[in-house]
This record gives sequence, C-alpha cells and structure tokens, in this order.
Amino acid sequence: MTSFSIPIAAEVPSFSLQQLLQDQLGLQRGPVLTLVYGVTLCAAIFLPAVSLVAMFSIWWERKVAGHMQARLGPNRVGPIGLLQSLADGAKLILKEDLIPTSADHFLYRLAPYLAFAPAFAVFLALPFGPSFCFEPMLNVGVFWILAMLSVEVMGVILAGWASNNKWSIYGAMREACQMVSYEIPLGISILVAIMAAGTLNMVELGHMQSGGIHTWLIYKNPFVFLSFFVFFVASLASNKRAPFDLPESESELVAGFHTEYSGLRFSFFFFAEYAAMFVVGGIQTALFLGGWNDPFGLIGYFNHSLNVTYAADPSVNNAIPLLLLNCVAAGIFVTKAMGIVFVQMWIRWTVPRPRIDQVLYACVKVLLPMSMILLLCGAVWQLIVPDHPGLPWVDGFNPWNFAAWAHDGLASLITQVVLTLVGLTGFGMVVGWVLYSAATGRGHKQRLTDPSPIDEGTENLVKA
Amino acid sequence: MDAINSITNANAEAVLFYAFAGMAAISALLLVLSRNIVRTAVCLLFTLMGVAGLYFLLHAEFLAAVQLVVYAGGTLILIIFGVMLTSKSPFSKFEPKPGEVAIALVVGTVLFAALVLALHSFPFPAAEPNLEGKYPLLALGQALLGDYLIPFEIASVLLLVVMIGAAYLAKGRRHEAEDLKLGRTPASKTMRQWS
Repeated sequence: MTSFSIPIAAEVPSFSLQQLLQDQLGLQRGPVLTLVYGVTLCAAIFLPAVSLVAMFSIWWERKVAGHMQARLGPNRVGPIGLLQSLADGAKLILKEDLIPTSADHFLYRLAPYLAFAPAFAVFLALPFGPSFCFEPMLNVGVFWILAMLSVEVMGVILAGWASNNKWSIYGAMREACQMVSYEIPLGISILVAIMAAGTLNMVELGHMQSGGIHTWLIYKNPFVFLSFFVFFVASLASNKRAPFDLPESESELVAGFHTEYSGLRFSFFFFAEYAAMFVVGGIQTALFLGGWNDPFGLIGYFNHSLNVTYAADPSVNNAIPLLLLNCVAAGIFVTKAMGIVFVQMWIRWTVPRPRIDQVLYACVKVLLPMSMILLLCGAVWQLIVPDHPGLPWVDGFNPWNFAAWAHDGLASLITQVVLTLVGLTGFGMVVGWVLYSAATGRGHKQRLTDPSPIDEGTENLVKA
Repeated sequence: MDAINSITNANAEAVLFYAFAGMAAISALLLVLSRNIVRTAVCLLFTLMGVAGLYFLLHAEFLAAVQLVVYAGGTLILIIFGVMLTSKSPFSKFEPKPGEVAIALVVGTVLFAALVLALHSFPFPAAEPNLEGKYPLLALGQALLGDYLIPFEIASVLLLVVMIGAAYLAKGRRHEAEDLKLGRTPASKTMRQWS
C-alpha cells in the first residue's frame, strides 16, 4: 500500500498555556492539576468570554440592523449605546419567570441549559493563539466542535416540544429538519479543508497556516476555496441565522421555538445563538482563514523562534514575550472571527427568508451535490499535486522564499499564489465598495431621520 | 499546592470515572423507568454523554466525538422528530399492560443476570492505552480504508439500501390513486413541483 506523506512535521516546539503555567509555578503535571486548571478556566475565562462575546454581538447586530434600515439603533445607554445589552440583561433577570401550566416542566427548564452548555464547551477547542488553546492535545478538535454544535440543537428541539405550543413545535420541527440536512454539507465542506491539512487538531491547523496569507488553507487548492463558501452557507443554516431563521421566523411563528420563554431562560437562547455565531466564525477562521496568523507570517516566525528559546531556557524572562505574542495572536483571531460574524449580520438584514421547502431544496439539491463534488475533486487534487513538505518556519522552510518553494513543488506554489490574488481581489472589491459608499455619503443620503433627532433637533421641532 | 500535588493521579481518574459512570448509569435507569417518550430520549442523551466521557478518559477522543455526533446529534433528533410527527396527544406516554410488564421483567432479569455472569467470568487484561505516536487518528483512518476496507464499504452500501428504501416508502404512492379519484394533484406531482 502506498503511504501518502502527511504534511505535518513530527515535532513542533510549541508550549501550551497549561505547560507554561506549570513550569513557572512549579506544579506537578497530572489529571488533578488539569482538573483544577479546567475549572479555573471555566469560571475565570470561558464564562466572561462567552457572555462578553454574546453581549457585544447583540449590541453590534442592533447597530448593524439600524444602519441598514436607516435607523440609529441603541444609542441611549452608555457611549454609542454600548451598555444596552447590560441594561437588557438586568431587565430580563428581573422579569417574572413564567412556565405554561400545560408544559412539560422538567424539559421546559432543562432546554435552555442544553442549548447554552454546548456553545460554552466549544470554546475548549478554539485556538486563540499558538499557546492559547485550552486543550491543545485534543486530536479531534474540529470534530468536537461539530459534536457540540449538534448537541445544541437538542436544546432547541426540546424547548419547542416542552412548551406545548403549536408555534413552538413548528419551530422545533423546522429546526430538526434544517439541522439534520445541513449538517451533511457542513461536515463534508470541513472534510475538504481537513484533507488538505491532514489533521483535526486546531493548534496544528494554526501552525500549518503560519507562513503568510498564501499558506492559509483557503488558498491551498481551488476546492478548499469553494468549500469555504459551502461551509459559510451551511453554517448560517445550522446557526438558524437568516435567511435560514425559519425555526423562529417571527412573521409567521410569533417567535418559533422560544415563544413561551421569558426572562433569563429566554436570554439563554439568545446567548447560545450569538456564542454559536462566534464559534462558527472561529471555525472558519481556524480552518480556512489562517487562524491566529497575520497575513505576513510574522506571528508564526516569532512564535517559532520564541519557542526555541523557551525550550532551551524555560525562565520567566523567556515566557513573558511568548505570552505577549499570544495576546496579539488572540486579538487577530477574535478580529477575524468577528469579521465573519459581521458578514452573518450583514446577510441577515439583506436577504429575505425563504420557505422551508426552498431551504431544504437548497441543501439537498444544491449544497449537498456541490460539497460531494468538492470532496471528490479535493481528494484527486491531493493525489496529483504534491504539497510542499513541512511546516512554515520549521526546519528552514521559509514560505516567502518562492524560488526554493518552486524547486520543491511548483504546482502548489502557483495555485496558492493565484488563489491568494483572487481572494485578495474579491476582498478588496468589497472593502473598496464599502469605503467608497462611506466616502461619498451613500449611507447618509438615504437616512430617514437626522443622525440624532432628540439631542439636537428639539429646538427645530418646537419652531416648526 | 502540596495538597493538590499529594492527591495521586490515579485517584483523580477514579473520581472522573465514577462521575461519568454514575451519570450514565442513573440516566439509563431513568430512561427505563420514565414513561414519557421524549423524556426517555433526553435520558438517553445523558447516558450517551456519560459514555462519551468514559471514552475521553480512555483517550479514545475520536470515539467520544463520533458518539456525540452520530447518536446525540443524529439518532436522538430523529427519535424526537418522529415522536413530534406521529404523536396524537401532546405528551404521549407508554402505558404497558400488566402482562407486558411481567414479560419485560422476566426478559430484563435474565439479560441482566447473563451480562453479570459474562462480565464476571471474562478475564479483562490490564490493557495499556495504545497511542501509536502522536496521531492515533491517522492509524484509525488507515485501518478503516486499508485493512477493514470491505466491511467499511459493506456498511455504507447497507446504509444506502436503507436510504433508498426509506425514500421509496416516503414517496406516498399509496395515496396517488385516491388523490386522482378526488381530482387532487397526486402526491408525486406535488413533490415534483416542490423540488
């Protein structure tokens, strides 16, 4: 049997956050410490991070929606309305917690937690930086995230079922339909990228893409490039984001699966949805868009050299620059993921909602065959076009030394550079259009109200 | 910190084992005793999660993730979906007759006794975790598409047959003649219009 070379270097010197802490605090390694570390992380980092992401995204979504509909969005609480989500949260906590008498009380109470907990557990595998992945040895990182996202659906379906309300059950059934069908193109489009990478470990995926923008997986081959878009559409559906927000389509189902929920339980569903949006953005970032790496490969370069220094001399002085680098990397990762979240919002407020049969048609007859073809072509590509061996910056592989790369694998170099140029052109056109319309005031000409009608416009109103 | 370090790693693993095993066992018991169909499905979810936790303890991460994706994300959702589509009353319940309860008790007791006996008589060798290198997944993939290719493919052909059968049954050909008699559009035509 022929054995294919898997493009992973055997040893990448990279220290995890846990290892760094153990070395510096002098603790004994083992499950006990892992347990303590895990609990501390959950309480100190995950919970605030998930809440912060959700709160910020809710505020941002309302701002984006306001801009697109020529309104202002929240602008009263705090500077530019930033504290609006906090005020809403306080209101929701103070609300009476109602449970319909004919509901299944146990399941009704359980459902919000079942929806929220997986969104929380997913953060375990997201790689925020070369050392800032909380479980770097999770060999099935991508798969774990998929598993958690599919468990989350259970919460939604149970909520609809337990409410014992027609609207809720319709919403839940649509969610089940949608999720069961869109999970397949979602998984297959991930598989195309995974095949090009050769690993399911999120940290290794990050290391693979650390050589600059042309080494990002989306530019690895044309099929990964296309499967990024398949994944994006499927992820919208699995997150029940518009145009696939049929489970809660407010124009026909009141509020869909969470019609009966109020107060804090209602807000759990909201938090879960926005956390899942960020998670999906994070998967796309980690899998396709280079993870924590900047477009020039600087993070990868410095990470490698700092790790080599730290391996030689594990002192505090060598640990601090490594941690600082990781903070920068985490900033880049969050920015990219939030960029994807922004595109999700942009689409939500632009595209109308289709019927459920159209949604299923789009999955079964368009996305599914497309992802299958991409998978097949991607596999053939792996066989025909040899990849450049090794990881960027490890063992003297400089990804910006195109002459040496052309010597090792001309076809892969040409593909990656051409695809990078295509991607950059597309991105540049979109950004250019947005900047042009902002500069020429297209956004403001169509505004129906004055930018701040209450603060400044009162005198004029009185005169009129 | 010495206090933390003094607890041995074996103890910590034992605690985690009992936590996951207890979760699986208790929810499995509730699954059997509950009469509400959707509640049994939820109990099954927690059983599966407990078992997935045990797999994680055994360093079988792939198996754990597959367990969650296939059973929790796929099968369970289909069970609940089926209940939603078919149940007539909002919260349909199992209402077994006394005779059924007696038969179930006998069968259950015999099965349980057989399992206990089998587990007692089988000598479990103390296995070391088989982690070949850093990438056990690689070995798994090569085994599935190398040594075990034929069983793997036969399983997928079986699934394909099931899918084709389900699609055939779901087409609703039975109602077509009736529809035509009543002057309605036949089910197969409407399906075609939608698709």
